[in-house]
Amino acid sequence: MAGRGRGGAIALAAGVLALALVVAFGAARIPHSAYAVVGPRVVPFAVAALLGGLGLLLLAQALAGQLVPEESFAGEPLDRRALGWVAGGLVLNVALIQPLGFVLASTLLFVCVARGFGSARPARDAGIGLVLALAVFLAFSRLLGVRFGGGLVEDLVGLVP
Amino acid sequence: METLAALGQGFLVALQPVNLGWGLLGVTLGTFVGVLPGLGPALTIALLLPITYTVDATAAFILFAGIYYGAMYGGSTTSILLNTPGESATIITALEGHRMALAGRGGPALATAAIGSFVAGTLGTLGLTFLAPTVVELALAFGPADYFSLMILAFVTVSATLGSHPLRGLTALAFGIWLGLVGVDLQTGQARFTFGLLELLDGINVIIVCVGLFAVGETLWLAHRASLRESSIVPVRGSLWLSAEDWRRSWPAWLRGAGIGFPIGALPAGGAEVPTFLSYWLERRLARRPEEFGRGAIEGVAGPEAANNASAAGVLVPMLTLGLPTSATAAIVLSAFQSYGINPGPLLMETQPQLVWGLIASLYIGNLLLLALNLPLVGLWVRVLSIPQPLLYAGILVFATIGTYGISQSPIDLLLLYAIGAVGFLMRLWGFPTAPVIIGMILGPLAEQELRRALTISQGDLSVFLTRPLSASLLLLALLALFAPLLWRRLVRRNLAGG
Repeated sequence: MAGRGRGGAIALAAGVLALALVVAFGAARIPHSAYAVVGPRVVPFAVAALLGGLGLLLLAQALAGQLVPEESFAGEPLDRRALGWVAGGLVLNVALIQPLGFVLASTLLFVCVARGFGSARPARDAGIGLVLALAVFLAFSRLLGVRFGGGLVEDLVGLVP
Repeated sequence: METLAALGQGFLVALQPVNLGWGLLGVTLGTFVGVLPGLGPALTIALLLPITYTVDATAAFILFAGIYYGAMYGGSTTSILLNTPGESATIITALEGHRMALAGRGGPALATAAIGSFVAGTLGTLGLTFLAPTVVELALAFGPADYFSLMILAFVTVSATLGSHPLRGLTALAFGIWLGLVGVDLQTGQARFTFGLLELLDGINVIIVCVGLFAVGETLWLAHRASLRESSIVPVRGSLWLSAEDWRRSWPAWLRGAGIGFPIGALPAGGAEVPTFLSYWLERRLARRPEEFGRGAIEGVAGPEAANNASAAGVLVPMLTLGLPTSATAAIVLSAFQSYGINPGPLLMETQPQLVWGLIASLYIGNLLLLALNLPLVGLWVRVLSIPQPLLYAGILVFATIGTYGISQSPIDLLLLYAIGAVGFLMRLWGFPTAPVIIGMILGPLAEQELRRALTISQGDLSVFLTRPLSASLLLLALLALFAPLLWRRLVRRNLAGG
């Protein structure tokens, strides 16, 4: 896979350099006055400089072929199916959590991730996911006092004192 | 004597039935998440941070401390039976422990790990009890400049010195410091790096970063290669009782492990991995039959397990006396202190004796509970390991979502969570350590605060960091910590080339 070779390493170092630029521009946009000894921009600029320096060193390592992934997985293909189900579940969750509410959106997430990790029983997963999401929701909202907004299941549960 | 009286008071607090209950809940939960691969104490405590709004501080910290210690015990069970370390500090345990399990000596391996954890955890807690008041006395002499330099030293050691890739560690640290800068600057009221989003004015919540890196990142990591998801549990065979021979070989290793683990944990460098590596190396050196190493030597489990637990106690020394977190878990606990409006530091023991000594006493009790929980009940924890992977990781992501969505019910937070999860995945792929991100995020703003204090006192004169002897020596140490490993490696390479 190209992302893990030298090209990937160079892209990674470039990403760190890009982050350094984002931090530097962000720091320059912070309003400041000459009043404070250490204004709000000092540490941000220092972080930008640090990231920039590290990015250059990483780039040098990448060009020298020394920036290599931790594990090589020789010849093993990327598991696109599993990654796709997990990432898809996360995207669905963020899109549906407000219209459907936490419990139903989480049940869907549960089914997708279980599928990605090789489960072949979506109906069973949906049942387990629903019970787990409901239990977690009740524990966090009733015991910890965390608020979750509305939702189909949440409103029904809310009717129970 | 004063210390013993204070500790006695602490036991009165920790032995209250309510607090005993919190302690028991903590160690049980801690063992549970320690056993589960992919869940760790930092993530668990982060998810439970909302508890700080409803429960009083002493109870919350007794709970968190129980989780912290419990995860160390649970992690070893996973390392021995599954060869997948449940916790980064138990990687070494897997080396010999898993071999022992494969050879039908899983029982003695679990027993020497649990008893060694108890012995070293208790010795480490004793060390904490008597060292902490001394460190507090030293720390009272620290001025803002000294604190700033101490934090710089901690930054270098946690990210560059202890890891295998200093550049990657420092990059992770800088990323974390940047994340910590987002939001309104408390001193000047200026918004920093909020990109016009109201959600970011209060800063990025550490829960989101922790859950993103450790839960979402870990799940994506396991999803990306099918071979990572293959694992098989070795059933526990062999008696849980140690034979006379096992005892004879274990106890010196426990004591040596504790002797290595506590001081290294207590240094402002932290990290439980290094002491476990050192202990393994030492046991191998001292072993009467070094050829057994690699084939299931009991000293190779006993020593590193003891080192791991003693260093967990050691990490609490800089945490409670200086407010200096040197592990991801300690950083999360520090943010829990902040949530109560308490600033850990040399004054903490004086202003909150109930809290500090109650916490320390609960560590002694927790160790005892953990021994009982892990030895006779080990069969129960083995059953936890048999939760099917699809359900386990699906469940972890549901917990990750609730922990994040519960903060402000904002999908923006969820997007941020997934973005940080993706970063965590990339970091894992390329061998960037993640703990420095959390430490930088929590410690960065504190370092900025000390920098400002120091320069306000000195009226902008930067030389204050070099003219105060304490600050100057700390900065010198930081410089050494940054470059010594580099020079060392070069020296070794030259020797190898020459020899």
